[in-house]
Amino acid sequence: MLKKTGAQTVLMREPVSIISAAAITGPQEGQGPLSRYFDRSTEDMQLGCKSWEQAESRYVEDCIKLAIQKSGLLDTEIDCILAGDLLNQSIGTTFGVRELNRPFMGLFGACSTFGLAMALGAMLVDGGFYQHVVASASSHFCAAEKQFRFPMEFGSQRPPTSTWTVTGNGAVVLSREAKGRFPRVTAYTAGKIVDLGVNDASNMGAAMAPSAADTLIAHFKDTGRAPEYYDLIITGDLGHVGGELAVSIVREQGYCLKNYSDCGIEIFNRETQDTHAGGSGCACSAVTFSGYLYNCLTEKRMNKILFMPTGALLSTTSSQQGETIPGICHAIAIENEVDS
Amino acid sequence: MMNNSNLSKDRFLKMVDKASPNSHIFTNCLKAFVVGGLICVFGQLLSVWYLSLTGDKDMAGTLTSVSIILIAALITGIGKFDNLAKFAGAGAVVPISGFANSVAAPAVEFKKEGFIFGVGAKMFVIAGPVLVYGLAASVLTGIIYYFAKL
Repeated sequence: MLKKTGAQTVLMREPVSIISAAAITGPQEGQGPLSRYFDRSTEDMQLGCKSWEQAESRYVEDCIKLAIQKSGLLDTEIDCILAGDLLNQSIGTTFGVRELNRPFMGLFGACSTFGLAMALGAMLVDGGFYQHVVASASSHFCAAEKQFRFPMEFGSQRPPTSTWTVTGNGAVVLSREAKGRFPRVTAYTAGKIVDLGVNDASNMGAAMAPSAADTLIAHFKDTGRAPEYYDLIITGDLGHVGGELAVSIVREQGYCLKNYSDCGIEIFNRETQDTHAGGSGCACSAVTFSGYLYNCLTEKRMNKILFMPTGALLSTTSSQQGETIPGICHAIAIENEVDS
Repeated sequence: MMNNSNLSKDRFLKMVDKASPNSHIFTNCLKAFVVGGLICVFGQLLSVWYLSLTGDKDMAGTLTSVSIILIAALITGIGKFDNLAKFAGAGAVVPISGFANSVAAPAVEFKKEGFIFGVGAKMFVIAGPVLVYGLAASVLTGIIYYFAKL
């Protein structure tokens, strides 16, 4: 029987539990409002490595190992690792996974990668292909600046709409055989690429806002759920500018979001941390989920979350060629099993 | 083709303009004026000093430029120039200190890719266009000047 419902959504039929989560971040995130939810925040961003790229891989390796260790499983019980990052050819991920000796599927969804990994992992588990899957994503402030903007020491000013790439890695273990009660992935609304003509790479929140709104409206239509169904609807890295825009677009379609936030807004303190419009990068949603949101679910402070990592699918080449910025957003419903 | 929100590009771009905060132009200009001015005062003092040492005006000017380039490259090397530029903006970038930074910063950043394809190839990645069009403009001006004088 087909598990797809409506135009873009699939419903999981089997209990796909998130049996563990781990988040390791850089220093900036460690000074932010969510610091106590992270497993570890490093003191510097180089981690004794020769390059920023190697440091990113270190975050990946350490975090995936930690997530597996926290799940109580052996490394060999992990059927597959689904992961990705922002660097060219996903080297942050591949070099981090290199020593783990597990089957690996590399993904690219820009900053939505963690959502993509969780959703595909959940479908693989639900479909009965695998028992235990790791979903993971990383980004690194310095490596991203080097690749997408300017060298670290170059003197420039960031516009107020710009966001701050989160350093770190978030990873979860998805499983079909949970011993105990864990938050479950129950539905996934796959996003479409939406591009409403924003071409300012310093305003990626605005570029991605229409895709977030698009996926959210699709999710409501496909599932028949209203915004109130969820304790929290949280996008990945729209930040203050994009978050406001997404809420306005959705409101025009008759959905009033009272329980909305964005990982990029939650992760930094805008007033004291000089992060302008908020956090961004694959790790923004990955560490916010694996640290803070997973904790909210396991502590039962929230029972139903719609987690919506967003991605800006641009490259330096497309920007230089004057292309606009296509956005994408994947929505994943994560719920606690409620006592009946 | 319409997306789920039935929103047109034109209307969305107007919403973006409204939602996006602008830079603080006045305070940015003020900071740039003060810091840029101080850098220039420092350059003037150096120039006067070099002139008293050498007695040669051209030499004093050259030594001043070289000194500011050296200082800016050193500050870049110890990782402080970006903080200065973040505060002062054009005030730090427009004087020759900014040019020095734009060469030194990629040299530091891309050292990991080696001295040929890293430092050598990437050193002028930011300053390159300035050099190309600066030189082209000066050649063009020279030609116009030559014919205007005939």
